[in-house]
Amino acid sequence: MPRSRMSRSASLALALWAGAASGQGLPEPLTDVPGDPAAGREVVVTRERGLCILCHAGPFPEVPFTGDLAPDLTGVGARLTVPELRQRMVDSRVVNPATIMPPYHATDGLARVGERWQGTTILTAQEVEDVVAYLATLTEDGT
Amino acid sequence: MRAALALLLLAPPAAAQDDRRTGYDDMTPELQAMQDDPVGNPGLFWVLDGEAMYSAAPDTGAESCAGCHGDGETAMSGVAARYPAWDEALDRPVDLAGRIDLCRVRHQGLPPLERESDALLSLTAYVTNQSRGLPIAPDPDPRLDGWREQGEDLFTTRMGQLNLSCAQCHDDLAGGHLAAALIPQGHPTGYPLYRLEWETMGSLDRRFGNCMFGVRAEPFGAGSAEYVALELYLKARAAGLAIEAPAIRP
Repeated sequence: MPRSRMSRSASLALALWAGAASGQGLPEPLTDVPGDPAAGREVVVTRERGLCILCHAGPFPEVPFTGDLAPDLTGVGARLTVPELRQRMVDSRVVNPATIMPPYHATDGLARVGERWQGTTILTAQEVEDVVAYLATLTEDGT
Repeated sequence: MRAALALLLLAPPAAAQDDRRTGYDDMTPELQAMQDDPVGNPGLFWVLDGEAMYSAAPDTGAESCAGCHGDGETAMSGVAARYPAWDEALDRPVDLAGRIDLCRVRHQGLPPLERESDALLSLTAYVTNQSRGLPIAPDPDPRLDGWREQGEDLFTTRMGQLNLSCAQCHDDLAGGHLAAALIPQGHPTGYPLYRLEWETMGSLDRRFGNCMFGVRAEPFGAGSAEYVALELYLKARAAGLAIEAPAIRP
């Protein structure tokens, strides 16, 4: 049974958009302040801030338990460009409509968002830039 | 999927093809032993309280539960295994806790109980305990079919700021790990159950609320039509698995 409730035309539009977007991602930074990799690392390894480690492992040995639901972030900076990383952080649905990755800086298309989170995003624009800057530094393959 | 659900209801899959797992299957041997302990399972305190309540006549002058239904061990055997069920007066299905509370209000002249009160958890635990070991056998009443489908729709609908559906975790990613936590398939075989994290007994609706809060969605209310629909779907999905209440969970 299809999980998506989108109309066919909406699906098509999204697919076309995704095709374009996945090629180039989001080249424009969300803020004027360049991302700070150290601040981004803090967001990633602090479970209740970034939520990242609930699903992703990565090169942060101080985190005792990481999830195994999503790709290991080791080497992600070599696999994806900064615009591609930014796109996945802002709204990974654009790249893959079936993704389990939450949209970190988008509020459209969400259902029944809890009252305390309505109108907010998971991360601020600057936090997204910081995380993108950190992920871009992860160019080692981990071996 | 709908067809598969109907098939499930008619004939649970043969054991050889059944890859369904309950939370019990994935617990440590220590926790399994705690659940199986006929004295040490903390949920049994609620069962014993429920047994006393079942037999005690209320001060409204009405009969006790036992006064109308008879001995609980026989009268209530199998009841929890088939709930939720249709309520004629409300013209909608109710879960077991809802049925017990309606019975108290309608026939014993008592005020309704809070959904997560020890009293309602105790009565529900006692009645559910009379189905322990019996396979979940959903009520075939055709009026429930549409509700089950609504439950499946809820199960597969993305919700909350994290934009996740129940199915994405409990169908697609079950067996994986969310940080250190194993994601279960989500079969409601043990409710009400004693969760170590809660340090008390809790209902399936409480669990639903936890999950919805987890994805930053606005929970439906305990006893809501949505939760009853979701339970109807989950019970069909778990048809044939044994009731194990009061279960222990980490």
